[in-house]
Amino acid sequence: MTVPIGAYLALGALLFVLGIAGVLLRRSALIVFMSIELMLNAVNLTFVAFARQLGRLEGQVAVFFVLVVAAVEVVVGLAIIIAIFRTRATVDLDDVDLLRG
Amino acid sequence: MLLALIIAFPLAGWLILGVVGGRLPRRVIGILASGTVALAFVASVAASRHPAVSAGGLTAPLFSWIAAGALTVPAGLLMDRLSSLMALVVTGVGFLIHVYSIGYMADDRSYARYFAYLNLFIASMLLLVLGSNLLVLFVGWELVGLCSYLLIGFWFDRERAAQAGRKAFVVNRIGDAGFLLGILLLATSTGTLELGRIGSLASQMAPGVLTAVTLLLFVGATGKSAQLPLYVWLPDAMEGPTPVSALIHAATMVTAGVYMIARLHPLFLAAPLTLSVVAGVGAATAFFAATVALVQWDLKRVLAYSTISQLGYMFVAMGVVAMPAGMFHLTTHAFFKALLFLAAGSVMHAMGGVIDMRQLGGLAGAMRWTAFGFVIGALALAGIPPFAGFFSKDLILEAAFTSAQHGGSWLVWVAGLATAFVTAVYVTRAAILTFLPPAAHHGHPHEAPPTMRWPMAALAVLSVGGGALGAQAVGAPLLHSLDRFFATAPATESAPAVLLTMIPVAIGALGMVMGVFLYRGRREVTLGAVGRFFERQWYVERVYDAAILAPARALAQFCADVIETRGIDGAVNGVAALVVRAGGTLRRAQTGFVRSYAAAILAGTIVVLGYWLLR
Repeated sequence: MTVPIGAYLALGALLFVLGIAGVLLRRSALIVFMSIELMLNAVNLTFVAFARQLGRLEGQVAVFFVLVVAAVEVVVGLAIIIAIFRTRATVDLDDVDLLRG
Repeated sequence: MLLALIIAFPLAGWLILGVVGGRLPRRVIGILASGTVALAFVASVAASRHPAVSAGGLTAPLFSWIAAGALTVPAGLLMDRLSSLMALVVTGVGFLIHVYSIGYMADDRSYARYFAYLNLFIASMLLLVLGSNLLVLFVGWELVGLCSYLLIGFWFDRERAAQAGRKAFVVNRIGDAGFLLGILLLATSTGTLELGRIGSLASQMAPGVLTAVTLLLFVGATGKSAQLPLYVWLPDAMEGPTPVSALIHAATMVTAGVYMIARLHPLFLAAPLTLSVVAGVGAATAFFAATVALVQWDLKRVLAYSTISQLGYMFVAMGVVAMPAGMFHLTTHAFFKALLFLAAGSVMHAMGGVIDMRQLGGLAGAMRWTAFGFVIGALALAGIPPFAGFFSKDLILEAAFTSAQHGGSWLVWVAGLATAFVTAVYVTRAAILTFLPPAAHHGHPHEAPPTMRWPMAALAVLSVGGGALGAQAVGAPLLHSLDRFFATAPATESAPAVLLTMIPVAIGALGMVMGVFLYRGRREVTLGAVGRFFERQWYVERVYDAAILAPARALAQFCADVIETRGIDGAVNGVAALVVRAGGTLRRAQTGFVRSYAAAILAGTIVVLGYWLLR
């Protein structure tokens, strides 16, 4: 039997909302970071599901781009987190409020 | 070429004296300055003998000045009968006064600066009278105003002189604004400013426009020639050196308004309303200024008001369409008023600057030349025959009489006669108070040096003989020459009624007798309440103070206190305060928490998506 597209989309939406919740609710920079990855992959899942459904390649190509960008982003993001940790000895986002007006 | 030379000589004198004058010896400066004017005089004589001058005008195009669409203004010079007369008066009297200045200014620190200004003035005045179109004339008009300002404020370290210079400049500017508007209106309605073509244009213009143009031009004339209501600068202009008063503020520059009207007479002849305004203003000014001159204690101020009064006569002549008589009076007035001023300067020179007549007296013994010159000038001013002023003033009064017979106002003639009477009284008063005993001083006056005596002597000869230029007995050469120039103006009365001539003479003689009677023994007659009224200039200056100066000051104060501080500063400070307050409010949105930014992004995304979905 084939899994209907609705299931893929529902799972994607669920993962995306989980990611949003993680970003908005968690304090740890690492967890927020992982939540962002979760959201990216939720989108990837949606792309792939539509590509399969429509029988076209564009969605899968977009996924590759997202994966590459995500990899780059991880490098930069982790570097920033390490830099913050070195100077402030914390990765709690609420302690990092230098831009408060 | 000759015409350009006339102006080039004094201009070169100005350049040389202005650049290196400070390093030249005084003798060289004086000779250079007088020499350039003498050369200009010689060139003027040579040019005026050119046959083209009497045949309609010797022209000398210089260059194309303005070419803007339909309006082209070439810069050029023009000498016809009228401007040759003016050029000769300016350079002739100018030369004598330059020579006089050599002696008068001998001890002044700024000798070179003085003569540089004086030469610049001669060049500017020549540009004014020789300009071939109204714009060139206007350039000269403004330049003589500048020279007047510079020379009134020549002793600028004296507060009063500096103020008088500013006053002259500002008041002249009011007149010049009207003059410029008149020129512009003329340019837009006719498309040309060439003096040679204006005569034929008068008939093409609408009467209303013509009246407006001529009235605006006359406003300029009242400023430059010190007529009511813009006369106020001339009495104060006496703060300048006395030869300057003689040259600029009596003989030449102040007559520019009269010259301008004579020059544009085709326009004025076609605007009867303006002519009656000119005659009315002239008559009113003549009488007004004469009465004020009657009660002045400062000898130079007496002469200043006298100048205003005599200029009024010239405007009366213009207004009653006796242009040749007006120009004739301009010429004789240049002679005898310059003489009177030079005599007054000689008195100042001898008395160490004292000019208040109450502190003079008894100078006739020590200063025979000066006293003699002053008396001749006084007789000419009072219109006693056979002195020069008699002929010209008489012609003007005759013309006023004729004009009244033909529908003009009798008031003009009556005011002219009354002025003649007052003139005789005040000039007699001035002569008695200054020169007759008893002396009110303990100084030792000395006669002027030869450089000052000889110009006075020359002007005295001209004041006696100048009348011959317009005396019927010898054929009135000047008047005939001018009659042909003012071909459109009715010829002056060829056979004047003897009685009509006798009236002004009798009135003048009566005035002198009255003056002798009133002021015999140097009595200080004040004339009571009437005298006070005259002394305060009929309250004209006070009216100006109340009507113009006070509101202007209040307006300036209002601008400074309200518009500036509250309006402009308020707007600037208000904008700044608004930005500060808005920033203070909005800064709270910047929490610095990454997650709240993320929430804002989410909310924004939802709003945008919602908009797209529900649209």
